[in-house]
Amino acid sequence: MADNILQVENLDIRFRIDRKSEPFRAVKGISFNIPANTTVALVGESGSGKSVSAMAILGLLPENGIVAPESRIVYGGRDLLKAQLPEMQRIRGKDISVIFQEPMTSLNPVFTVGEQIAETLRLHMGLGLRQARARGVELLNEVGIPNPQLRINSYPHEMSGGQQQRVMIAMAIACEPKLLIADEPTTALDVTIQKQILDLIAKLQEQHRMSVLFITHDLGVVGDIADTVVVMQNGVIQEQGSVKAIFEHPQHPYTKALLACRPRLDRRPKRLPVIDDFIKGDGRLHLEERRRGTSSGDPIILEVKDLNKTFFLKEGLFGKRAIPAVKGVSFQLPKGKTLGLVGESGSGKTTVGLTLMRLHDATSGEVLFEGKDLLALTEREMMAYRRRIQIIFQNPYASLNPRMTVGQILVEPMKIHAIGKDERERVDMAFQLLQRVGLSPESFYKYPHEFSGGQRQRIAIARCLTMKPDVLICDESVSALDVSVQAQVLNLLQDLQDEYGLSYIFISHDLAVVKYMSDRVMVMSDGVIVEMADSDEIYRHPREEYTRKLLSSIPKGYELAPQPA
Amino acid sequence: MSAVLTTPQPVARQESPGLWALAWRRLRQDTVGMVSLAVVAFFLAMMLASFTGLIAKDWSKEKGVSYANPSFLAGAENLEARSMATKEAAKAPAVDLSDIDPLAPRYREWEERAAKIAVTETKRAESLPFGGDKWGRDVLQKVIKGSEVSIFVGLCGALIATFIGTFLGAMAGYWGGKVNDFLEWFYNIFTSIPYILLILAFAAVAQATGSFGKGVVSIIVILSLTGWTGIYRLIRAEYIKHGNREYVKAAQAIGATNMSRMFGHILPNVSHVSLVQLSAHVVGFIKAEVILSFLGFGVPVDQVSWGTMLAEAQNELVIGKWWQLVAAGASMAILVTAFSLLTDALRDALDPKLK
Repeated sequence: MADNILQVENLDIRFRIDRKSEPFRAVKGISFNIPANTTVALVGESGSGKSVSAMAILGLLPENGIVAPESRIVYGGRDLLKAQLPEMQRIRGKDISVIFQEPMTSLNPVFTVGEQIAETLRLHMGLGLRQARARGVELLNEVGIPNPQLRINSYPHEMSGGQQQRVMIAMAIACEPKLLIADEPTTALDVTIQKQILDLIAKLQEQHRMSVLFITHDLGVVGDIADTVVVMQNGVIQEQGSVKAIFEHPQHPYTKALLACRPRLDRRPKRLPVIDDFIKGDGRLHLEERRRGTSSGDPIILEVKDLNKTFFLKEGLFGKRAIPAVKGVSFQLPKGKTLGLVGESGSGKTTVGLTLMRLHDATSGEVLFEGKDLLALTEREMMAYRRRIQIIFQNPYASLNPRMTVGQILVEPMKIHAIGKDERERVDMAFQLLQRVGLSPESFYKYPHEFSGGQRQRIAIARCLTMKPDVLICDESVSALDVSVQAQVLNLLQDLQDEYGLSYIFISHDLAVVKYMSDRVMVMSDGVIVEMADSDEIYRHPREEYTRKLLSSIPKGYELAPQPA
Repeated sequence: MSAVLTTPQPVARQESPGLWALAWRRLRQDTVGMVSLAVVAFFLAMMLASFTGLIAKDWSKEKGVSYANPSFLAGAENLEARSMATKEAAKAPAVDLSDIDPLAPRYREWEERAAKIAVTETKRAESLPFGGDKWGRDVLQKVIKGSEVSIFVGLCGALIATFIGTFLGAMAGYWGGKVNDFLEWFYNIFTSIPYILLILAFAAVAQATGSFGKGVVSIIVILSLTGWTGIYRLIRAEYIKHGNREYVKAAQAIGATNMSRMFGHILPNVSHVSLVQLSAHVVGFIKAEVILSFLGFGVPVDQVSWGTMLAEAQNELVIGKWWQLVAAGASMAILVTAFSLLTDALRDALDPKLK
């Protein structure tokens, strides 16, 4: 097996949780090879053990990790699991380098990017200061950062998320590694940036003739760049094979499910397929199409007229600079329909959502809810309307108070709005809602940290439902979730809309998700709505260049879905 | 706060433990926490018993010889007691002046009358359980009596200071803007004055006007009015950090009032800062009471505190009488260590993320 750059054999990793319980087995004896000059994708949901496997390759497992003695990770004739620390330090960064998920936290904020690139070069390549800097400029140029001579002196916070990830990639390829491990490198990024980064990694792989181990939860993104795909679930490899085989003839139901659960641009089933459909069910899909769209006769529940929001940054001692975030936004939300709002980070879409809720004060404009201008109400008058417009935030890890049990979280809003006769009735309602969003009754007594991301988002949804709102603003509510979990939450939102006739404002950077959920779609860029149309219309006949760009950045998987005309 | 912390009690469903019940359950598994809780409880019980007069009532009685040895060192030489005794003995032989004394004929009558009054000669003890002070008072009883003032001052002062600091910090951090500017200005003035000078200024005003009452109460007021600044800054920073978190935004979205967001939602998440500061300040205030007492602004002379004991101990140490220093110092060290371990354990127990 001379052409394999790395062989993982029987990798078995356990974590000691505490003294009493049995160690948790995260990886259960997996084997796979990384051939030279190829891209291997390691795909699986959170908790499938994919990142742990990668960290084991680098020797970066946490203290409580135990690797079984029969496990072997062979690189260049050596077993990395038995290598001593100095040897590992020589290999890390030079032969095997890594890109992490969060570029914001992976870069050191107090050093310029040039210093950080130079550090790698001086440590491993023995370059001098001047040489390292020159090479740094070359590298930044290679990863496509404009004006590298100047940008090399920038601090990480002066760059955008995509640029930071490019810097991380520059650092990773600085020493011409033989193997690049990319651990969810695009998950924290917008779809458009994701596409650029994927293209960049593919280009560099070819140019430098290195191997890439690409770790992701989204099978869709690896179709273009991977040669081989390894699908992991619960610490076991369910299926591995060439990318063609995996995408065209998936064997394992789990692989099929991962392929099916991402919303597609060309179809809109009533329910998205989820993993359980494939594993427990008969594998038949609910492919019945759902019709979406608005008509002029729809009753309007919420109307926004010429909404403006300007932030002021302090500048100098007394000066301030105006930063317009939302410029003249107007739209109508028909009752029981979904209005999608799509755009990249910084386009102002979240600000629109927060301003509607009066979580931000609008600079000017009107928000008419049943004919009443919400922005003109006093705080006290607003209370009655607060109940009726609710918001689900992006990050389910941050939006639930860590010190409150789920029960307290659910009962609190009912108490505030005097819903339910007494405590007992409220608790009963909370239990019903937990059941409705698919959580067990025991959840009532647990704390948010005991739940996974998808479950927490269900709690957040349940909290909104306690107030029986009419309008629900979903602010990137599924963006932080794995695609498979995302499908479940989207189905739940869909069911709730059918059941309670809710109206949604669905905010996301992912046009595929927005298109699936929405009747009408607004595309936002730099605080302005550039295009607004029914969702099928916008997909079939995008008028604006920007919309076309968004559409083309959606990962198509292997078989390249039909291009929008 | 209670509005949020009360846990619903569903009937016919699993009993739901509240925040404090859960915290108590977690604390009980923490050996260090429980031991320190026991120690703190012991000190508090001692303080109460002494306050109600159950123990150490007669701490001011001069029971032993001057600088009586501790009983475990009973045989040691006590030069001070002996020199005192020789001085008294030297007085004994008086010159007979009866032939020139005009009152001499009546002496006999007086002596007869005096003999009728029962006089019991108390023998001063050579040694006391933990030694005696200059006047032969029992050091152990002094320590117990002294705990009354010291613990009371330390705990009350620290609690009030933490309360002021947390409240103002929450106000400044949560509201920002003008409120923050004003409180920051206030804080800057406070911290620009040297600490001891500030205490003395407060003490002088308190003594002159008598507005805070005398003695212990005025010390508590002085210490808590000067000690809140550090806590204020830390809590303010925490509130600025948490004020923008999504869970607070979510609380606003469901219509929670500002007060509920400040104290129901954010406070439990920053309470660890307050708790650690509380324990640090208890320690600091017990020591500050020493300083105040030493400078004469503290407790009156007819009362005893660990502070006054330490002040006395300075002179005694020169002549080799170490027990008063050890007694006061050790009880202070034990209490303070136990208290800070307890707050650490409490902080962990209140955090649902730590098992």
